[in-house]
Amino acid sequence: MKGGWLRWIIPAAVVPVLVLLAYGFWTNPREIPSPLLGRPAAPFVLTTFDKAPLTLQDLRGKVVLINFWASWCIPACYDEAPALERTWLAYKDKGVMVIGVNVQDTEEPARKFLARFQHSFPNAPDPRGYVAVEYGVYGVPETFFIDRRGRVRFKHVGALTDETARKRLDSLLEEPS
Amino acid sequence: MIRFYSALAVLAVSAVLSAPAPAAVPVDERVVHELAAQLRCVVCQTLSVADSPSETANQMRQIIRERLAAGETPEQVRQYFVQRYGEWILLAPPKEGFNLLVWVVPFVGLGAGLVLVVIVLRRWSRNPAAAAPSTPVDPAMRERIRREMSGGGHP
Repeated sequence: MKGGWLRWIIPAAVVPVLVLLAYGFWTNPREIPSPLLGRPAAPFVLTTFDKAPLTLQDLRGKVVLINFWASWCIPACYDEAPALERTWLAYKDKGVMVIGVNVQDTEEPARKFLARFQHSFPNAPDPRGYVAVEYGVYGVPETFFIDRRGRVRFKHVGALTDETARKRLDSLLEEPS
Repeated sequence: MIRFYSALAVLAVSAVLSAPAPAAVPVDERVVHELAAQLRCVVCQTLSVADSPSETANQMRQIIRERLAAGETPEQVRQYFVQRYGEWILLAPPKEGFNLLVWVVPFVGLGAGLVLVVIVLRRWSRNPAAAAPSTPVDPAMRERIRREMSGGGHP
């Protein structure tokens, strides 16, 4: 059986490549682990659409949900918008703050979006994209959950549902402050 | 106490840097471009921040410019993005740790392929018969072929 090892060379070279490709096809390219989890949430100062200052540092002691959105983000941002308002109404008296950060957008369609969904939680534009970069946002919508001690704990990519919001907020509210 | 003050200094610096910084240091646009070329445009994924015409890339270039103007070194600016987006933001993975594999494996594969080709070629040239083994033709068949070729085959 001289040279028998040669016939194994091709499978030995091809199989690992196929396994790697298969693995690549099974992973979601949009799910990129955030290095921010467990780290202090970046402070920011924004001005809401209602011209009120919005400062993350003032919210220490509360569980904060930060949602990055844009009016052109169809359909995901439109899908999650009612869930965000419901979440805010259900949790605003339980020590939770919901904040919307409007990125890569223009004012008029952004205001229309807010009017359409009657969002009553603070929403602020991020005109220079600084806050989005501070949170490593690479698309909209993305939602971050910040614990009472001001650390980023969860990141949700894509449209947020009532269930996900409830699960994350409840687990953070259960933690001792 | 020193730790506390250094932490305070870091906080102060990051607060200053997060805020719109007035251009203090003259910024070389070539350095901005060089840095932007290393960063992945977050909305387009396959383009660099330097090459993408998107608004996000434009804002990221502006952030690079502002941080350089605030006195950060190009490496600090690079780290600023890596700390927020992870190594994913770098178009070329850093040449260290597990990532080294990405840099080394293609060359190892190329080398192994070359070695394999040399081995196979040597084997063939040493033993040409092995490459094209000829089957002995039986004399009766040879005679039949000869007859048919010469035209005097079938009656």
